[in-house]
Amino acid sequence: MKLTRRRFLQTSAGGGAFLAGAMPHIWSKNSDLVWAAGGEIKVGVLFSLTGTTAIIEESLNKATILAIEEINAAGGINGMKIVPVIEDPASDPATFAEKARKLVAGDKCVSVFGSYTSASRKAVLPVVEKQKNLYWYPTLYEGRECSKNVIYTGAVPNQQQDEFIPWLIKNFGKKFSMIGSNYIYPKEENNYCRKLLEKYGAEVVNEEYVPLGHSEFSSVINKFRQQQPNVIFSTVVGDSVVALHRQYKAAGLDPAKMPMASLTTSENEIAAMGGEAAAGHFTSAPYFEVHKSPENEKFVAAYKKRWGADKVTHFVSEACYFQTYMFKQAVGKIGKGDITPNTIREAVKGVEMIAPQGKVRLDGENLHTWLWPKIAQAKSNGQFEIIVQSKEWLKPDPYAAYPNQVCTEKGLVEKKV
Amino acid sequence: MHFVLEQVLTGLSIGSILLLVALGLSIIYGTIGVINLAHGEFIMLGAYAAWALKTYVGLSLLPGLVLIFLGVGLFGWLVERILLRRLYRRPLDTILATWGVGVVLQQVVRLTAGGDLRYVELPPSMASSVSIFGVEIAAYRIFIFVVAALLFLVSWSIMNRTTFGLKLRAVVQDRNVASCFGINADRIYSLTFAYGAGLAGLAGAIVSPLKSVSPEMGTGYVVDAFMVVVLGGVQSLFGTVISAFALGEVTGVIAFLQNDTIAKATVLILIISVIRFRPQGLFVAKVRA
Repeated sequence: MKLTRRRFLQTSAGGGAFLAGAMPHIWSKNSDLVWAAGGEIKVGVLFSLTGTTAIIEESLNKATILAIEEINAAGGINGMKIVPVIEDPASDPATFAEKARKLVAGDKCVSVFGSYTSASRKAVLPVVEKQKNLYWYPTLYEGRECSKNVIYTGAVPNQQQDEFIPWLIKNFGKKFSMIGSNYIYPKEENNYCRKLLEKYGAEVVNEEYVPLGHSEFSSVINKFRQQQPNVIFSTVVGDSVVALHRQYKAAGLDPAKMPMASLTTSENEIAAMGGEAAAGHFTSAPYFEVHKSPENEKFVAAYKKRWGADKVTHFVSEACYFQTYMFKQAVGKIGKGDITPNTIREAVKGVEMIAPQGKVRLDGENLHTWLWPKIAQAKSNGQFEIIVQSKEWLKPDPYAAYPNQVCTEKGLVEKKV
Repeated sequence: MHFVLEQVLTGLSIGSILLLVALGLSIIYGTIGVINLAHGEFIMLGAYAAWALKTYVGLSLLPGLVLIFLGVGLFGWLVERILLRRLYRRPLDTILATWGVGVVLQQVVRLTAGGDLRYVELPPSMASSVSIFGVEIAAYRIFIFVVAALLFLVSWSIMNRTTFGLKLRAVVQDRNVASCFGINADRIYSLTFAYGAGLAGLAGAIVSPLKSVSPEMGTGYVVDAFMVVVLGGVQSLFGTVISAFALGEVTGVIAFLQNDTIAKATVLILIISVIRFRPQGLFVAKVRA
C-alpha cells in the first residue's frame, strides 16, 4: 500500500481519536491522577551519575537512597512504601529538564529530589512550575529565588556569611580578597559579602573570577603575595579548587596569616586535594562530618555501612538525607487519597525535625530551611575541626542582599525601603 | 623592577607547563603528520600512572618518572602499531580514530580508577618556595622549568644529532625515497609516536602535583597543546618553544593586570589573528625542496 498524504492524515487522525479515548487525562489535566496508587508513593531521584559533576552528585543520590531505604524498612509512610525512580541527567542542564519532565509527567512522581548546580536547578524550575510539582533542592546556593514549587534545604548566603564574615574580620583583619569561578553563584555570594564587609568597615582589595575548570593560578597567587590580604574569600568550585589549594601550598603561602575562607569546600573536596593542601583553611556550613550529635553518629554509621567505609558525608549529602525525612513527615500528615504535590507543600510548611546538624525547620513563607551555621577549620587528616557553633538556628533569607524584595507565601513582594 | 621580574618568572613558569604538554604533540604532528586528539588522554594516563604508582606500589613521583615515560610510550607504540599504521593515507580518519582512543581511555580510567578527583603528592624536597632576586616562586615550578628545558634539548638532539633523527627527517621529507635507501620507515614512525606519547605521559605526571587528576583532565591540555603547536609552526620544534613561552608571558601579564578569564579570551583572539595572516605559524622549518 502506498502511503499518500491523505491516507497518512486519516490514519493519524484515527489514532489520535483512539489515544484521546484511551488516555483521557492527557486532555483533561490532573483530573483523575492517582499520585499514591497501590500503596506506593513514587518520587524522582535526579542526580547525575555520569559527566563532570557526577563525582559529587553520586553522593547525593546515595544519601537520598539511604534515607528512602531506612524509611521503607521502618514501615514506610502510613503503610505505603516510597518508590524511588532514578534518572541520570548526565551533568547537562537540558537533560535535567527533560528527565524532570519524564519523572513528573510520565512516571507521575509526586516529588523530585535533585540537582547540585544552580544551572541544573534553573533548567528544571520551569518544568516543575508548569507541571505544579515539587522539586527538593539540597544544595547551598546563591539565593534570590522564590518559587512555590521548590523546597530548598541547603543554606542561602545569609546563613553561611552572617556569622562567618565578622568572625573572619575579628580574627584575621579587614583586608579581603575575593576569588571565584566565573558564574552566577560566586557573583551573588560576593555581592552579599561586600554588603557585610561594608557594614563592618572592612575593604575588598581585589575581586576576580577564573573560568570554570581553570587550573593555572600563578597570577592569582602573585596578586595574593603583592596585596597581602588578611583573608582570601574563595568561591572557586570543582576541580579548580583542587588546583588553587595545591598551588597555594606549593607557593609556600601560610594559611595562618592569609587563610582561604570558603563556602563550598567540603570533606569531598578535601579528599580530592589531599589533607595537607587543605589544612588550615576555613569553611562555613551548617554541617560537617565531625559534628557531634547522636543523629549524626547514626547517619554517618549508616552511610558508611551502606556505601563503604571510605565514603565521606558532607553538607549537601546531609541535606539530601534530612529532606527525605521532611518529605516523610509531610506526607504522613496527609490522608491517602489527598496526596498531591500541592498538599505536600502545604503540609511541609513549618515541619521540624532533628537532622544530623541539629533541629531544622522548613520556613512556611519562603520554603527555605532554618539551619545551624558552623565555622570549621580543615585538618591534614581530611576532616574538619568545628571552631564556632551558632548559638541559635538562623532564619533563611534568600533576598538578604536585596532589601527591597522579600519572598513570601504569595510569591516575591517588592517593598519600599 | 621587582614587578617586571615577577611577571617574567610567572610567564616562564606558565610557558614551561605549556611546553611540557605540547612537546609530544609537536613531535608527532610535525613529523608523522597525525593530528593526535588522544594526546590529552596520554597526559591523563601519565598523571594516573603517577597516582597509581604512589598508591599501590608506594613509589613516589620522581623515581617513578622513568617508568611512566616507558609505560605510556609503550602504550603509544601499541596504538600506532594496531591502529594508526592502517590510517596514514587517510588523515581525516586518524582524527576520528585518535579521538575515539581518547574517549575509550577516559571511560576505562573512570571505570577502573573511579571518577573521583585524585591528587599526587608534591615531592617533599620541593614543597617550599625559593627567592630569586627577591621574587618568591614555588620550588616545584622551577623544577618544571628545568625538566621542560631538558626534555626540549634531548628531543632537539635526537632529531638533529643522532642517526635516528637523520632517518626520521629523511622519512618526513620523502618516505618513498628514504625507503629506497634502506630506511625502515614503519619502525621510525612507531618509535617516534611512542616517544611523543611517552613525553605526554611524562608531562601529565609532572604537572599532576599542581593540578587535579581526573578522567576528563586531558581535554583542557589538548587544546593548550594545539594552540602552542599551531602558533609556533607545525614542523618547528624551536617554534613550539618560542610560542609556549610567548603564550605563557602574555597569559601571565594579562591575568595579572586584568584576570584569567580575559587573559584566556585575549590569547585565543591573538592566536586566531596570527593564524589569519600567517597560516603556517610563526616559524617554518626550512626544507630544501
